[in-house]
Amino acid sequence: MQKMRVRNHQVVLNRSVGGDAGIFTFLIIMGAFMFLPMLYVIMQSLKPLDELWMFPPRFYVVHPTFKNFQDLFTLLSDSWVPFSRYIFNTVFITFMGTFGNLLLSSLAAYAISKIPFPGRKGMFWLIQRSLMFTSTVTAIANFITLSTLGLMDNPFALIIPAWGSSMGLYLMKQFMDSSISDSVLESARLDGCSEFRTFLTIAMPMVKPAWLTLIIYSFQGLWNTGASAYIYSEQLKTLNYAIGQITAGGIARAGASAASSVVMMIVPIGVFVISQSNIIETMASSGMKD
Amino acid sequence: MENRNENLQDVEAVEIQSGEAVNADEQIHSDSILEAEAPKKKAKKVKKKATARKDMTRAQWTWHEIKRNKIAYVMVAPFFLVFLLFTVFPVGLSLVLSFTNFNMLEFKWDMFIEIKNYTRLFFEDDIFILACKNTLVFAAVTGPVSYVLSFLVAWFINELSPRIRAIVTLIFYAPSIAGSVYLIWGTLFHNDSQGWVNGMLIKMNIIDTPILWFYDEKYAMTLCIVVALWMSLGTAFLSFIAGLQTVDKSLFEAAAVDGIKNRWQELWYVTLPMMRPQLMFGAVMSITGAFGFGGVVTNLCGFPSVNYSCHTIMHCLEDYGNQRWEVGYASAIAVVLFLIMIGANTIVNKMLSKVGQ
Repeated sequence: MQKMRVRNHQVVLNRSVGGDAGIFTFLIIMGAFMFLPMLYVIMQSLKPLDELWMFPPRFYVVHPTFKNFQDLFTLLSDSWVPFSRYIFNTVFITFMGTFGNLLLSSLAAYAISKIPFPGRKGMFWLIQRSLMFTSTVTAIANFITLSTLGLMDNPFALIIPAWGSSMGLYLMKQFMDSSISDSVLESARLDGCSEFRTFLTIAMPMVKPAWLTLIIYSFQGLWNTGASAYIYSEQLKTLNYAIGQITAGGIARAGASAASSVVMMIVPIGVFVISQSNIIETMASSGMKD
Repeated sequence: MENRNENLQDVEAVEIQSGEAVNADEQIHSDSILEAEAPKKKAKKVKKKATARKDMTRAQWTWHEIKRNKIAYVMVAPFFLVFLLFTVFPVGLSLVLSFTNFNMLEFKWDMFIEIKNYTRLFFEDDIFILACKNTLVFAAVTGPVSYVLSFLVAWFINELSPRIRAIVTLIFYAPSIAGSVYLIWGTLFHNDSQGWVNGMLIKMNIIDTPILWFYDEKYAMTLCIVVALWMSLGTAFLSFIAGLQTVDKSLFEAAAVDGIKNRWQELWYVTLPMMRPQLMFGAVMSITGAFGFGGVVTNLCGFPSVNYSCHTIMHCLEDYGNQRWEVGYASAIAVVLFLIMIGANTIVNKMLSKVGQ
């Protein structure tokens, strides 16, 4: 019998040393490709003016400063719509959209997953297919729908479509299929618990990881809402749009623009760091059966 | 009153038959509905009395089940209302509009001008043909590469310890959620000597005038593909990481006993077949990502890009839909894009069903 290879005090099967080394090298190179641009943004945002414009450009920063962040906030507070208004708009859209999506999708996911009503297979089939209906395809028709409904120039033009996003429902339903056993629900129903109460008090606490995942998906989409064809009043525009205007100020604002990228990325990345294990747990059941 | 009693018996019979109790609320609710509809129901009495599945036709059974689970319809209704209105209906509306020359500016309809929009797309619009070509090249490179890359990275890091795996996951996943950070590629590849890449090349005496990068036909497309790949380790990647952790470890031991010799054989014969559901899901995500990649190109290369070198179907859509407001024509473009995506998905599903055989 050949000698077993041991790694981390565990026997590993079918893993050659050469292969491990190759994979390690591959991961380092790919990791550098992914990480260096991110690092460069952070470096740019910390560079003082003379380092931003030195030739040849230097990757790293020698005298880090927070001046760019100060500039960013000065620039933002100079705009004729108060900066706080943009923040409010983004937070409002993100919160309302995420909350509505969570509520509607989890209700629907529960019914589709746990109540054997006729038509649920067809509904879920449609949900699966709709994961491919990107916003590029639906944008034009939605413009017509929203203007017919009189929702133009209203934050709800961004919020209501987010409620019907099928990604959250898909993940939630798949997670419920694999993590809630029917017998628990059955016994609750036998004890005279209504479907709504079963949903709220028994099913929902069992799918906390899926909530978080849904919240984060919805949040990421809405947080990055930029200029939109549905909104034209300046006081209704979003933070991402306002920051985009700073960046559009051109070359003189290279520092402030890097700072704005850093500010905008901190929130979604921070949220992901906190919730990573829950997201991975949800994703374990994300697979599609034919 | 007599009627009511009958109904009650009915409901009870249904309960006993299906082996589960309906709560008191619902019973009262269904009673009142039945009471209100009592005169109409008289005719259908035979149907209602029949409670065992074998006594009913398929349609009767379905109707019976629908009534029994009506609470479920209440639960799915709000979501489906919004979902149908903003996700499914637009596809149908686009299909209808694509046969008209509806124009938002004049708001005039000229219904059913037949397939004029489509003939114009494929025979008269050179830019659309170019955009189709660009989109297909773009999707054919970014889609499969990002898919394979997502899987390989997920598979490689699967054997790391959980803590390190979490950090590596973050490094690879972060670009896809970091919003506008991709603009840094514009700074790295800036078109004057202040750009980091140009600066380095000039310093090393490889070039003496700065290269225009994103504004040069020769490089723009390649660079956009690189940026797309950089941002593409998203949902599919997470799904793969999670799926790999659920594969039963004892299968690997069994496989080793059965004569699997190296990690690649193990991947092909054990891991991939176990991962098929995630692979399907990841494919849908990758296809959507590869075909929906327009805004990033606009922000890096400008709109329209130099000599339409990066003009994609999304840009045509944007052009006709949001700038010229020729909604009928834009809808035809949307329909073509949609069909291409469905086609790509069908092909990928066929290919995935061959995995591990």
